[in-house]
Amino acid sequence: MFTRASLSILSAALFCIPAFSDAGEWSGYVSGEFRAFANSPTDARQHDNNISFSAQPEYYTDWDNGRQSITVVPFVRWDENDSERSHADIRELTWLKAADSWELRAGIRKVFWGVTESQHLVDIINQTDLVEATDGEEKLGQPMVNLALISDWGTVDLFVLPGFRERTFPGEKGRLRSSPRVDTSQAIYESDDEEQHIDYAARWTHYLGDWDIGLSYFNGTSRDPRFALGQDNKGQPALIPIYDLIEQWGFDLQATLGDWLWKFEVINRSGQVDRSGQDKSYTALTAGFEYTFIGIADSNADLGVISEVLYDERGDDALTPFADDILLASRLTLNDEQSTEFLLGMIFDSDDAARLLTLESSRRFGENWKITLEGQAFIDIPNVNTELLVGVRRDSYLQLEIARYF
Amino acid sequence: MHNFSLNIKHIGLFALLGLPLLAMAETPEEKGLAIAIEADKRDTGWQDQTASLEMVLRNRHGQESKRNIRTKTLEVDGDGDKSLSIFDSPRDIKGTAFLSYTHALVPDEQWLYLPALKRVKRISSNNKSGPFMGSEFSYEDLSSQEVEKYSYKYLRTEEIDGREAFVIERKPAYKYSGYTRLTTWMDTEMYQPLKIEFYDRKKALLKTLTYSGYQQYEGQFWRPTNMSVVNHLTKKSTDLHWKDYRFKTGLTSRDFDRNSLKRAR
Repeated sequence: MFTRASLSILSAALFCIPAFSDAGEWSGYVSGEFRAFANSPTDARQHDNNISFSAQPEYYTDWDNGRQSITVVPFVRWDENDSERSHADIRELTWLKAADSWELRAGIRKVFWGVTESQHLVDIINQTDLVEATDGEEKLGQPMVNLALISDWGTVDLFVLPGFRERTFPGEKGRLRSSPRVDTSQAIYESDDEEQHIDYAARWTHYLGDWDIGLSYFNGTSRDPRFALGQDNKGQPALIPIYDLIEQWGFDLQATLGDWLWKFEVINRSGQVDRSGQDKSYTALTAGFEYTFIGIADSNADLGVISEVLYDERGDDALTPFADDILLASRLTLNDEQSTEFLLGMIFDSDDAARLLTLESSRRFGENWKITLEGQAFIDIPNVNTELLVGVRRDSYLQLEIARYF
Repeated sequence: MHNFSLNIKHIGLFALLGLPLLAMAETPEEKGLAIAIEADKRDTGWQDQTASLEMVLRNRHGQESKRNIRTKTLEVDGDGDKSLSIFDSPRDIKGTAFLSYTHALVPDEQWLYLPALKRVKRISSNNKSGPFMGSEFSYEDLSSQEVEKYSYKYLRTEEIDGREAFVIERKPAYKYSGYTRLTTWMDTEMYQPLKIEFYDRKKALLKTLTYSGYQQYEGQFWRPTNMSVVNHLTKKSTDLHWKDYRFKTGLTSRDFDRNSLKRAR
């Protein structure tokens, strides 16, 4: 799973743990999840309702007055039906050294870039752990060496990324997958080094008054695969992921003006072959706002209204279903002792009637329990092979998760 | 024309210091402002401060929930302070960190770090009157107290819980404040608040905050051990128990930037 280069970073990180450091601290969670589907599956091999358990402990220790630290975050999931979703990962295994004008991190880590809510175009360092969450918000740990240079004109982050992580996809029995399924065992790489290819990235971030700005560059293996039709080892049709070498520039901006947040992300990517087989550089963007009504109806609750435009120059040839779409969403934050929150959003396709409805809500119980209710509804997805969401058109679901934090 | 009761000795002292005699004729507004300036002066020079606090939230039925927070604060000359709050519990938000550059009359600059997403979010800070962490404290109550944040009016001097206090009425200058006025009992010796009554936008008494267990640090700076606020409308209350106050620990603005937010523990 990990390459030789990344293993050497790992062992280097482990050697940095001082022999006599104070005992570190443990935290984390264990969680149980139940998913109920509205319809029977598209493919008879797929499951109906599903139970799954996961755990994510975290170990942290620091020394040198907090200037050096080690963080270890393993993750494991067991899934009732989908063997691909039963998986383990090292989300984080990082050594950090912070000095006055720089910070150095080596090991496996997660990094987030960007400002928008509906999709994260600029965010490119980590591979998506798609079996974890269909919205692409969950990420796999990425081996890296990251040097941050800090000055009055912002922070420059430089990344060397040895070792590529393949995107995870649901297995034969799994729901919320393409049909035919993706066979990850046959992944094809443009680079002769395959998953050993070393990627590079850089990012500058700064803020000027109400404006938060980020400019980023990435050169390496695309995190987004395209697919070729093939066969799995049982002779069944399967999609084979192909990972191109790309170059990507990204720019993100947020203006925080009173109760308005204005958000903008744009990327320009070259080297990525699109669905028509063409290798053309393209531009994609997300732009929108979040406005918050504070203390609605004389209560402590805040109501946020979010709208974003999702655009991809490639249109129907894009690898994403969000080539020309609009998000409308509403966020209700009760600001109560239990941190109760609701987010309801709908993405509309401007070409046809297809809609994607998303619900996320959560509430704390007692001091250590959290209950999360999530769901997605795929509405009026055209049953045609060119439609990227065709495989999930019968997979609308509601998911209840109960987590115990420690 | 109030302070004719001042005796000759005082007048002599003022003359000696070269202060204008007009000082004697100060209005209640001037006296209120003078007390605020003196309180600010006495609490200047601590450079930086770290502390931990336990927050106990109690609903009208007496059910409790707790939060543990560590705070770091950097004194900023001529502006509001910079502060970093790190949440240790409830455990589901452990590692969440909140960075705030406070200002007297313009909105603060605030960032929130969400450890599960590894995401630093700039958040809207227009509204300082919202509840802090579901408690009865608002952001406004907990941010640094700059002189320019209010207009002042001295009301009287009276005894409260065995201590002599100036009673001062303050009106927020910040247009998004959640309050129309605050009545503050300011200890005449420590120049620190003993009690504050908050009046909401409808001018009704909203909540009462009391301070206790003051201790002096570095031979100069008074800090309370307990702060307790009761909301008279909802009957909910929140207690803050402070401990491990440390001053002049050598923190710099570098400990209050967006990079430090990501590694706050």
